Amino acid sequence: MAEFRMPSLGADMEAGTLVEWNVQSGDRVKRGDIIALVETDKGLIEVEVFEDGVVDKIHVQPGAKVPVGTALAFIRAEGAAPLPAAAVAGPAPAAVEPKPAPAAVPSPPLPVTPPGERVIASPSARKLAAELGVDLTVIQGSGPRGAIQRADIELASRAAKPAPPVGKPAPPPPPERPAPPDYQAGMRRAIAAAMSRSNREIPHYYLEMEIDMERALAWLEGENLKRSIKDRLLPAVLLLKAVAGALADVPELNGYWLDDRHQVSEAIHIGFAISMRQGGLITPAIHNVDMLSHDELMGAMRDLITRTRAGRLRSSEMTDATITVTNLGDLGVKTVFGVIYPPQVALVGFGRIMERPWAENGMLGVRRVMSASLAGDHRATDGHRGSQFLEALNKHLQGPETL
Amino acid sequence: MREAELKEIIFRELHNIAPEADPASLSPEENIREALDIDSYDFLQFLIAIDEAIGVEIPEADYEDVFTMGGLLNYLSVRVR
Repeated sequence: MAEFRMPSLGADMEAGTLVEWNVQSGDRVKRGDIIALVETDKGLIEVEVFEDGVVDKIHVQPGAKVPVGTALAFIRAEGAAPLPAAAVAGPAPAAVEPKPAPAAVPSPPLPVTPPGERVIASPSARKLAAELGVDLTVIQGSGPRGAIQRADIELASRAAKPAPPVGKPAPPPPPERPAPPDYQAGMRRAIAAAMSRSNREIPHYYLEMEIDMERALAWLEGENLKRSIKDRLLPAVLLLKAVAGALADVPELNGYWLDDRHQVSEAIHIGFAISMRQGGLITPAIHNVDMLSHDELMGAMRDLITRTRAGRLRSSEMTDATITVTNLGDLGVKTVFGVIYPPQVALVGFGRIMERPWAENGMLGVRRVMSASLAGDHRATDGHRGSQFLEALNKHLQGPETL
Repeated sequence: MREAELKEIIFRELHNIAPEADPASLSPEENIREALDIDSYDFLQFLIAIDEAIGVEIPEADYEDVFTMGGLLNYLSVRVR
């Protein structure tokens, strides 16, 4: 039995609105199936299920806005008995020992909890409750294992304003009707949250390397001559393949900084920055770039750009990028000084490909040259590793036929 | 194909890519991509759409001839049936 929860579709997301279900109780689902549509600040996201099974019970109805982590449905393993209705309706079974709430330091004044009961709430939720004068012991938490979340406290505080409840539990929060979507403002807020966190938490270091692109572009032009216009490859294909190649050589830059430690990822999922015409950007992941052929990668890019602009991305694409690549070469900037998307540990930036004087083997010539930059998380890697990565990137771009 | 017809097709396809832009306001010497903020991906989509509409496939080597509205019109008008 597994809970299908409101996913966190980015470092900055706190809640999402369930827009529609693609399944109903009793439907069989396979890992990777898109079973729900969720609206976030950044737009509509198609949410995939992570295990095979049968939809046992749907908890959250379309239109409801719920915090990240809320159980939306239960997925039962094939052949397992359906849960009794009572068990799925309530919070977690009593047998599960709740994780002790982390001690808040400095500790805000906490309401007295009746003996034998334990309130699960984060330090930030406790602080908010103290500020708003909300008694945590009378709130029904909507988070995992009944944990009280900030949204629960806000709701309870609003509900409490007209007539403060006396010793009886607050009514369960009514589903909030979503306000008419304003993705522009929402996207700015989401970017603001993620980038502020990045600048606050990540000690960035920056490295830059000029790369001779003549060989790579000549190879690409030769390839494109053989292709119809529909199958033409863009330089971005080679750049992404070269990043994947360099990550295979220097894997430390591929992964996350989580729970105070560096977690290197084996899979190479490249978050590809796509700017929106109305402003803002989304960096959905192209999965397993190292395993894609040029045509597959071009197809994946096309598919991703189309769906990003149409506002139909999938949950996995929003969450599992292991590094981000931003290509600002179209705008004419020479160098990108990137801001890492947490919890990732690196961002690779490409500038414009420009004709430049270039000296090699004692000869001066004119070459097409591009600046590649790396923003690295100094907690996870050092400049030495970072320069090895840029070296590897350069090496791969000098042998485009092997990419 | 008359130039007015060709222009109409070009404007329509540019509008599909940059809905908020007004291609008719471009001067003949202006760089289309810079003026309408069209990236390399969208520029390729635009050229694919032009090929589908009038059957002229512009090779990469000729890109520099079609960066302006005037250049693009010239290029297409001598090649279109």
